[in-house]
Amino acid sequence: MVIRGRAHRFGDDINTDYIISGRHKFKTLDMDELACHVMEDLDPGFYERCQEGDFIVAGKNFGCGSSREQAPLALKHAGVAGVLAESFARIYFRNSINNGLLALVCDTSQIKDGDELEIDVEEGIIRDMTFGLEVKSSPLPKVMLDILEEGGLVEYMKKHGRLSLEPDGA
Amino acid sequence: MEGNSGVGKTISEKILGAHSGSETTAGEIVIAELDYMMAQDGTAPLAIRSFEGMEGNAVARPERVALCIDHNAPSPLRSVSELHAIMREFAMKYGLELNDVGEGVCHQVMLDKAHVVPGSLVIGADSHTCTYGAVNAFATGVGSTDMAAGMLSGSLWFRVPETIKVTVGGTLPAGVFAKDIALMMVGDITADGATYMALEIGGEAISGLDLDGRLAISNLAVEMGAKAGLMEADEKTLEFFEGRAGREFEPVSPDPDAVYAREIEYDVSELEPQVARPHTVDNVTAVGQVEGTPVSEGLIGTCTNGRLADLRAAAEILKGRKVAPGVRLIVAPASREVMLKALAEGLIEVFTEAGGAVMCPGCASCVGTHQGIPGDGENVISTANRNFKGRMGNPEAFIYLASPATVAASCVEGKIADPRRYA
Repeated sequence: MVIRGRAHRFGDDINTDYIISGRHKFKTLDMDELACHVMEDLDPGFYERCQEGDFIVAGKNFGCGSSREQAPLALKHAGVAGVLAESFARIYFRNSINNGLLALVCDTSQIKDGDELEIDVEEGIIRDMTFGLEVKSSPLPKVMLDILEEGGLVEYMKKHGRLSLEPDGA
Repeated sequence: MEGNSGVGKTISEKILGAHSGSETTAGEIVIAELDYMMAQDGTAPLAIRSFEGMEGNAVARPERVALCIDHNAPSPLRSVSELHAIMREFAMKYGLELNDVGEGVCHQVMLDKAHVVPGSLVIGADSHTCTYGAVNAFATGVGSTDMAAGMLSGSLWFRVPETIKVTVGGTLPAGVFAKDIALMMVGDITADGATYMALEIGGEAISGLDLDGRLAISNLAVEMGAKAGLMEADEKTLEFFEGRAGREFEPVSPDPDAVYAREIEYDVSELEPQVARPHTVDNVTAVGQVEGTPVSEGLIGTCTNGRLADLRAAAEILKGRKVAPGVRLIVAPASREVMLKALAEGLIEVFTEAGGAVMCPGCASCVGTHQGIPGDGENVISTANRNFKGRMGNPEAFIYLASPATVAASCVEGKIADPRRYA
């Protein structure tokens, strides 16, 4: 699968309070409502600028802080197709994959705000069409690939009833 | 994966190994049986939705699950009340323990009720679940859907983490506390310095701390990115669980030849009170650098510093003194048990007479939902664990993190103050 979208550039240590503030997330399970507030304390107007299929490109430790799964869910509902970062905080990383939202670890240092990106998901190749650059992402562990392939952990558990490290994912 | 089989194991390798029925080494991925799991009102409603999406019709081990209403309790909004109702209904339907409004912060409830014991494997849908590392449990935060998978199947996948060994030597000077050690560590190791890794924290200074102090240190492990902040059990740990734990447990120690990714040593004999400045937890400095900064609000409580030892340290400074005009002091004991003990010791009286506002046990204003949202441009000094912009509900406010003593002294003076003057 190859997906294309525009880069929205963020820095290091983007915590989940910035992605979706506690003052919003405790109120509702309506992710479309939460999506309107995504990144608002850090970058007001992000939701309005974000187009369906765009990417967030960040530095290190993306998603640090609170365990709130509303963070990747609100990003997904805002239209974000995935996050590219130098590294992810571990709870966010799991939450993102569990919800079928792409989280790729790669060298993001050359990617600039507004660049057009093309991502080959299977091959883990990120092409910056604006800058003419190609970077490779670190592979995911098999258990995460299995979850991603099923479309998230809810679908995975619905199908298998339990987690497995066996080759067929059963 | 290339292993270190045949050589010594860390606490993480041993606990995850024992719960997955295999010899494990850092880097491996295992599926491990969970001894206990917990979710709070910010994460449980979504976990329930995920559980229903998985079409589960039973919780695998209902006696191993607790739900806690603490982050937004009592409910300040109609919509929140509806989410709380979902939790109560789910707990009733599947026979789960529900800790309702006033029971306290989820992490202290888990300890008070001894749902966590040394050597156990615990997940919590809250990032500060790493707190229980202080009582020798491998405990880590997860999201709502992982919690749902845990409830449905009783187990979860883990990557066995590498470990950083932290040795804290020396004896703390008067007026300097466990929280200062924790902040010093976050400042040094930084917000992502231990990502994907476990910390094993020990040494003379840690042995010298009471359990409440140790819990404050493990609580901040996640602020360094760590998956767990583990300590060995000693007589103080065992004393806490005596008469409390309803089940057998086996403390776990690392082998002398365990393999560590990194070893760090500190000496705290000359440590000064530490303060984390806005807007990151690792923006740490000695109190002297920020002394005199005016404050409008103080918060004493939370899963970091709402325990009895914390309240005692604050009360010692506040006794016979008044909170400065223009400052509001919010105090929230971590649990009902802590509240009752604080009442019995007269601490609640001290806070109230000093001009403080005592909340019901719970998370209070830490997470920005209720009970003390700061105004625009105001500075807050708090015993909590996060000072991110907007964390307390207002992106125009500034949050400083410090020990309960530093917060108490600052509230008395109306500006950030050095608690050693009161020691």
